[in-house]
Amino acid sequence: MTAVDTSAMTLPPAPVRGRRFARYATPYLLGGVGSLWLIVLFLIPLISQLLVSLMTGNIDQGYQLTWNWSVYRDIFVGADVNYLLFLGRSLLFGATATIITIVVAYPVAYFLAFRASARWKNGLLLLIMLSFFVSFIIRTNMWVFLLGGQGPVLSFLRNLHLVGADAHVLGTAGAVIGGMAYNDLAFMVLPIYVALERIDPRLFEAAQDLYGNQRAVFFRTTLPLSRSGIFAGILLVFIDTVGDPVNPSLLGGQSTYTLGQAIQNVYLTQQEYNVAAALSTIMMIALGIILFAYARVFGTDNIEDLV
Amino acid sequence: MTGSPIDPSKSPALMRGLTQSRMSRRALLRGAGMGAGAIALSSLLAACGIQGTQKAGGSTGGAVTDWTKYWADHKKTGTLNFANWPLYIDQDDSGKSASLAAFTKKTGIKVNYKEVIQDNPSFYAKISPLLKGDQSIGYDLMVITNGWEFTELLNNGWLVQLDQTKIPNFKANADRTVLSPAYDPGAAHSMVWQTGFTGLAYNEKLTGGPITSFADLADPKFKGKIGMFSDTSELGNAALLAVGVEPTNATQADFQKARDWLEKVKPNIAKFYDQGYTDALQNGDIWISQAWSGDIYQVQAGGHEEIKYVTPKEGQMMWHDNMCIPITAEHPVDALTWMDYYYQPDVAGVIEDYVNYVCPVPAAKDYILNTIKDPDVANSPLVFPSTEELGQSHEFYVYKGRSDYDKWQDVFNPIVQS
Repeated sequence: MTAVDTSAMTLPPAPVRGRRFARYATPYLLGGVGSLWLIVLFLIPLISQLLVSLMTGNIDQGYQLTWNWSVYRDIFVGADVNYLLFLGRSLLFGATATIITIVVAYPVAYFLAFRASARWKNGLLLLIMLSFFVSFIIRTNMWVFLLGGQGPVLSFLRNLHLVGADAHVLGTAGAVIGGMAYNDLAFMVLPIYVALERIDPRLFEAAQDLYGNQRAVFFRTTLPLSRSGIFAGILLVFIDTVGDPVNPSLLGGQSTYTLGQAIQNVYLTQQEYNVAAALSTIMMIALGIILFAYARVFGTDNIEDLV
Repeated sequence: MTGSPIDPSKSPALMRGLTQSRMSRRALLRGAGMGAGAIALSSLLAACGIQGTQKAGGSTGGAVTDWTKYWADHKKTGTLNFANWPLYIDQDDSGKSASLAAFTKKTGIKVNYKEVIQDNPSFYAKISPLLKGDQSIGYDLMVITNGWEFTELLNNGWLVQLDQTKIPNFKANADRTVLSPAYDPGAAHSMVWQTGFTGLAYNEKLTGGPITSFADLADPKFKGKIGMFSDTSELGNAALLAVGVEPTNATQADFQKARDWLEKVKPNIAKFYDQGYTDALQNGDIWISQAWSGDIYQVQAGGHEEIKYVTPKEGQMMWHDNMCIPITAEHPVDALTWMDYYYQPDVAGVIEDYVNYVCPVPAAKDYILNTIKDPDVANSPLVFPSTEELGQSHEFYVYKGRSDYDKWQDVFNPIVQS
């Protein structure tokens, strides 16, 4: 660009009042739709959730805001049911399911990004998305049928004498975690795929030129450059699975009760809105701390590039 | 443009861009934050409470409705909006109901029949804000199970009291067990649509012998093979039966006894179900389960003879799904017309032959046997139970109010949630 000699120029005429307003307002107006979305669908519900958790009362007499902070203590101390156990279980199930999805999704995404030929890529991506064409309640219920005590999987294994007559899958923590990982796999594949796809292949050549073997190229180039995809996947999968009441209630049993189920029960059956709101807040805080810690330790790189 | 670099002196827009301060990212965020803060504050001020469902001064306060005047003021309109549960009325292959069609033909009332009720708590959660605001819920007739939600509807004054002079069929044909149920004395606000039993079901192939009582559930050989309902009403009342307490007379001390029994059985329980227990019984995931009679009838009709329903020695529970008119109904006369119309043997018979729960109209048995000629249904003890079977059936505990219900939940919830 040529240098500009400002002294030789005449300034444009000062804009009229209306146009100046328009100029200052434009960024706000452009951001307005998004802000409105966030305020109406995120900020207001969040604040009202916080306020409801600090109310006292019941559904008949109504709830009044009394700044009852002790609800948060009562949840952990002297409650009839062990909410801390449910929270721990939810986090454990969610974390395990998230790790499983990373282990399974990464090779899939890697194959899609670097190995699959352009001709097949779209078809293969469609296959990843295909499971979303069926309601996830129905898909989960099909697992209930497949994994049932007399279902095809266990019958087959039993006939081969690989498992005992008493073996069962449903009702175990493994079934719940498996269901979560199965249902959310695509949420991990797609962000990692996008992150890998963006890597310039010449970087691999450069790494090889610098005497990096395949292993070193992967761990020192590919993996660090796809961190943002992994983090985006973790956001989607971890948050979704920790709060999920459906997989535990369909695939779980007597000892897999999670916080998501407890919140649903407190809200709908016991109708204790304040306790339900407090439990939700606690879950959000726990999730927030864990994800923040993760982001600080492992880094997120250019997460904004992806989202 | 001619392809040469842009000359700023000729482009006012670029000139402005280069010389005037622009909105920084930080300023934008600050502005947005202030806007959000203002909105947050106003929502904070607005949301300082959630209104209760009961009117101020409790359920006794407020003007008492003059029901004679209410029924005199409302006239037949020719429309009825009917909210019911799925698969709960006769339907042909195209989903049309013969009984509704006959009703329209006879009375001129067009019925908008909607299968919108999946379970009591969530339906109640949907309609209660509307009823509180004196708004129509869109339905003139709904089917609600006797339980906490029904009691709430009644306590809040949200059910229309029925005009006793306009229900001759009900008075003539209703079974004596539904004429004056404990949860709605004198059937003043409701009429039973279907009755059902909650007892036990078991898979005979797997248990290797008949199950006869709740005491069998504690047998160590059924460890991890027993299903119970997650609904605390069903769970608690069954446990009351198991410890020999008549549920309608139970005291809070009895709740604790029932809970102790559940704690004893708990190691055997595989899962608390709200749905899917019949599949689990067929699949062998569980061998014995708390069960609804109508479900097991349909499982058996589907070819699974090995699944048996049993009335435990200690007794079984009897629940009722009740037709009732919400206080804000727009067509109450049409709703009442249908309620009474249902209590004719031929109408109830047609519906019963499809639905297969327990019919509140005993005379429908002859109609199903002789006119529809379906002896399987007519002679089934699950649809038309014998007198001694009814003698073993118990009504549910009726909650005495909010604190009583809370106490019940405090006792039985920890069993389900663990």
